[in-house]
Amino acid sequence: MSLLKNREALLALAILVLLGLVTTRFAGFVAPSNLALVFNDTAPLMILAIGQMIVILTKCIDLSVAANLALTGMVSALLNGMGVPLVIILPAAILLGAALGAVNGLLVWKVGIPSIVVTLGTMTIFRGIIFLITNGKWVNAHEMTEGFKALPRAMLLGLPVMSWIAIAVILLATLALGRTALGRAFYAVGGNPHAAVYTGIDVGRTQAAAFVISGALAGLTGYLWVARYAVAYVDIAGGFELDVVAACVIGGVSIAGGAGSVAGAVLGAIFLGVIKNALPVVNISPFWQMAISGSAIILAVAFNAVQSRPKGRIILKSAEAR
Amino acid sequence: MQPVLSLRGISKSFPGVKALSGVQLDLYPGQVTALVGENGAGKSTIVKVLTGIYQPDEGTISVNGAETRFPTAEAAAAAGVTAIHQETVLFDELSVAENIWLGHAPRSRFGLIDWKAMREGARKLLTSIGADLDPDLKLRDLGIASKHLVAIARALSIDARVVIMDEPTASLSHKEIHELYELVDKLKSQGKAILFISHKFDEIFRIADRYTVFRDGAFVGEGRVSEVTESDLVRLMVGRSVDQIFPARAHNIGDEVLTVAGYNHPTEFADIGFTLRQGEILGFYGLVGAGRSEVMQALFGMTRPSKGAMRLDGQVRVVRSADEAIAAGIVYVPEDRGRQGAVKGLPIFQNVTLPSLPATSRNGFLRLAEEFRLTRHYTQRLDLRAAALDQDVGLLSGGNQQKVVIAKWLATKPRVIILDEPTKGIDIGSKAAVHEFMAELAAEGLAVIMVSSEIPEVLGMSDRVIVMREGRIVAEYSGDAMTPENLVRAAAGLETAA
Amino acid sequence: MSILTPRVIPDRLQSPLARATKSWEALLLAVFIAVFVVNSFASPYFLNAWNLSDATFNFTEKAMIAFAMAMLIIAGEIDLSVASIIALASTAMGLAMTAGAGTPVLVLVGIGTGLVCGAFNAWLVAGLGLPSIVVTIGTMSLFRGISFIVLGDQAFTGYPESFAWFGQGYVFWVFSFEFVLFVVLALAYGILLHRTSFGRRVYAIGNNATAAAFSGIRVARVKATLFLLTGLMSGIAAVCLTSRLGSTRPSIATGMELEVVTMVVLGGVSILGGSGTIPGVVLAAFIMGLVTFGFGLLNVPGIVMSIFLGILLIAVIALPRLFSRRGLSRK
Repeated sequence: MSLLKNREALLALAILVLLGLVTTRFAGFVAPSNLALVFNDTAPLMILAIGQMIVILTKCIDLSVAANLALTGMVSALLNGMGVPLVIILPAAILLGAALGAVNGLLVWKVGIPSIVVTLGTMTIFRGIIFLITNGKWVNAHEMTEGFKALPRAMLLGLPVMSWIAIAVILLATLALGRTALGRAFYAVGGNPHAAVYTGIDVGRTQAAAFVISGALAGLTGYLWVARYAVAYVDIAGGFELDVVAACVIGGVSIAGGAGSVAGAVLGAIFLGVIKNALPVVNISPFWQMAISGSAIILAVAFNAVQSRPKGRIILKSAEAR
Repeated sequence: MQPVLSLRGISKSFPGVKALSGVQLDLYPGQVTALVGENGAGKSTIVKVLTGIYQPDEGTISVNGAETRFPTAEAAAAAGVTAIHQETVLFDELSVAENIWLGHAPRSRFGLIDWKAMREGARKLLTSIGADLDPDLKLRDLGIASKHLVAIARALSIDARVVIMDEPTASLSHKEIHELYELVDKLKSQGKAILFISHKFDEIFRIADRYTVFRDGAFVGEGRVSEVTESDLVRLMVGRSVDQIFPARAHNIGDEVLTVAGYNHPTEFADIGFTLRQGEILGFYGLVGAGRSEVMQALFGMTRPSKGAMRLDGQVRVVRSADEAIAAGIVYVPEDRGRQGAVKGLPIFQNVTLPSLPATSRNGFLRLAEEFRLTRHYTQRLDLRAAALDQDVGLLSGGNQQKVVIAKWLATKPRVIILDEPTKGIDIGSKAAVHEFMAELAAEGLAVIMVSSEIPEVLGMSDRVIVMREGRIVAEYSGDAMTPENLVRAAAGLETAA
Repeated sequence: MSILTPRVIPDRLQSPLARATKSWEALLLAVFIAVFVVNSFASPYFLNAWNLSDATFNFTEKAMIAFAMAMLIIAGEIDLSVASIIALASTAMGLAMTAGAGTPVLVLVGIGTGLVCGAFNAWLVAGLGLPSIVVTIGTMSLFRGISFIVLGDQAFTGYPESFAWFGQGYVFWVFSFEFVLFVVLALAYGILLHRTSFGRRVYAIGNNATAAAFSGIRVARVKATLFLLTGLMSGIAAVCLTSRLGSTRPSIATGMELEVVTMVVLGGVSILGGSGTIPGVVLAAFIMGLVTFGFGLLNVPGIVMSIFLGILLIAVIALPRLFSRRGLSRK
């Protein structure tokens, strides 16, 4: 299959072109240490994009991921403040995130509410809960233990732990989506829900599982975010859910479901991450970032649509393509 | 030899329609049984019963002599029954190998899917059926012939005992059809029982060992293919009881209303030309996929022909969209009532007035009184059965929904009305009403085109019949030449009597 | 087959009034009355004409957009870029103001920008056939992004005094211009959706776009018009909001698109398309406004209010579905 038709390859190429352009202004950008920095900075987006990608595969959408992140992050910070050891906080954050995701999943599966409505609602509910449990107070850096804050930044073989966690998630997700029955079920459900039933797959349950995974990843990112930025309050990651969806769209994940890859979602996130980090370096005001990612999304959607244009009915024998 | 699968006394009804009444079917290992019958004979219904999608109202299913049931699609698959349909029910975005193995993929040590084994297994299966396909290709990139092969490979991966092929050659080229025949021979040699559904007699005589004929949902005969001729089969297929009466026709055929010449489309039809007169009912017969609906949709402006001209009352008329067609007086009652005909969710009166809003409204503002008046008039004419005119059209029976659709188009006061399979899937009572009505319309001076795959309907209603095959017009019959045999042969590409 | 007597089918099975009492809108009305009553007991400041008038500012701008959004969602599409259109329109007005333009020109610039943005969305969705949810997520970033490019972290202030009337002025007694405009638009959209052929076609497209096309409806044209309307309403809302705030920041109206969608869905419009009414959206606007105002009087923080609204949104969709499983009626 022609390499040029491969969506992920094209995106990787686009990223390389971007890097090339940036290098003309500032050669230091592509220094390994800087690239590592960019990668690390993009880690939360990558992790969330993978979760979102799985949800979108099943023909759903999860607009509550950022709120989930904020809530689990705050809970992590509060637990830290109460003296709970990190070795319990981390799994607790993931579990809490998964539970929040399960709320979404159950409402979609059992009650049959469209996911856009469910996650619109839970998005505000989750953030609101942060306020209820903190009364609007922030948790600041000096209120967090050193160990809590240090983990994402701790260096291991040249990369911060947060980057390693992202890499681990990427590998796990690739494995799970490629090698487990559930992973393949995500694709089947989104690709042809009708046929999926005939192969014994429960569509609603698969969708619920996708929300649980998306929530769990948001929970993990919640801890990473508050620990890395050393602050927790109601509005952290405000609006981030749209960046996450953007990363997926740019990465070739079809909003119609059934198509997309971990590599695509990750590359989409990296694309946005490179832009975000490159702008200050190239002396383009960071205020250009939003417009650029917006244009990238529109172009990506148009490109997606052209690629998956359905073929017409072929009746005339002479018109058959051999 | 004992049949591997046996059906006895199977009946299946839907609201208003008896699709199957007490049919029987036997499938023998290592043999191909052809299931023959017209559209509406019950073939697709029996396939759904065999694959566990429908539950029969009555009757028994036996596998190797033991009575059993197929409560779900999975149960049928577990019993070794698989089907390959015209439209493949597989996953376009997944690879060939995955489509073959989805749901029962080979696992490696840790319970993870073993792609290597999947690919190997897929390669083996594909080779065994003579398919030279790369197992990593996405299904979306394959042509319909190759998709069929993947479906067959999937059937083999489940170690099927019974393989049902429903019009598998509908869109294949000659070479691909030949390859399919060789594949069928191979499956036979593996001891599988094959149910082959086809309209094409050359196929039936080439590969089938036995035949079973259905007609109007009933079993009418079976036997060995070597002991019958084409004519025998045709006679079994179309022979009629005398019950169905068609309305008397006044036959006041007037001037030419519509002339179509040289209509061409890149992929759907070529060299389409015909004339239509006032007061005439012109029947269009052909097999499924012959291109009739495509031609009609082009006349209605839904698709654009690449070449060709249309004249209405002698004036050249260019129709580029549905509303232009309606303005020109050409309307189209679609075959797919649910998707293209009725807007479920809207009440009856809103469906009826939808294309006529400019006439019933004033300056863009709706006038409900006018809409109800119009709806009352046309629904009474068609003898609609409904609780109220503001009832959701989706709640009506198929026959009544069809009446609403026809009412909708009559309300636009057309000159030409095209009806695509107007009585498909509706009960006898409504069928007769629709036929009566069509006759009235023709008598009033409308020009009617009727696309139909039901021989008695075509012959009973039409003044002339045009037969299409593979996107072209292959014959036109009128008067004494309008016989069932001629129609069936022309549509299937056989020689016909003059 | 002959019929002895012509069958007469009644026009309607139940009178419009009977049908109305069992509708979603009736439920909303009940909720509205309940909220009103609870609020009057909860706070002594509630039943004050001027306070109530102030409360309307909570929802008027959102509601204006919600009317157009409702029609778009009924037709089966969505426009998430509306708040960003406000930002861009407001920025354009700020630029015009800086260039010395007077109030009439400012209004034209604001509304015009809205229309241009709407046209862009229309081209992408109706013209190119792209899925509206992701397209408008893209234009959402693009439009607001342009505002950020222009303004950065600055703001436009210094709008002419006459300009302030739109957002801060009163037409008659306690009735502000915005409220009167809201009422006028509610009537206009109500008529457009429920009393015109255009509105009828919107419902047809939302229920079955294919059958609508086969009935001669120009689906792309209708959808394009609907995107122009959401753009137009966003432009008008931008004029009102900018006038009310007296300034323009690129972050203006952040998050408003989701509040608008909430208002529409709360109003009984199915997110899947095909059903919903303007009166429902009006009631939802009042309910949301009242809840916000009532909670505000009790000094409940905004974020807690949004929990309530989030729960309300989900409950409002869930309850009918849960009940219909037990055989009670509802679409």
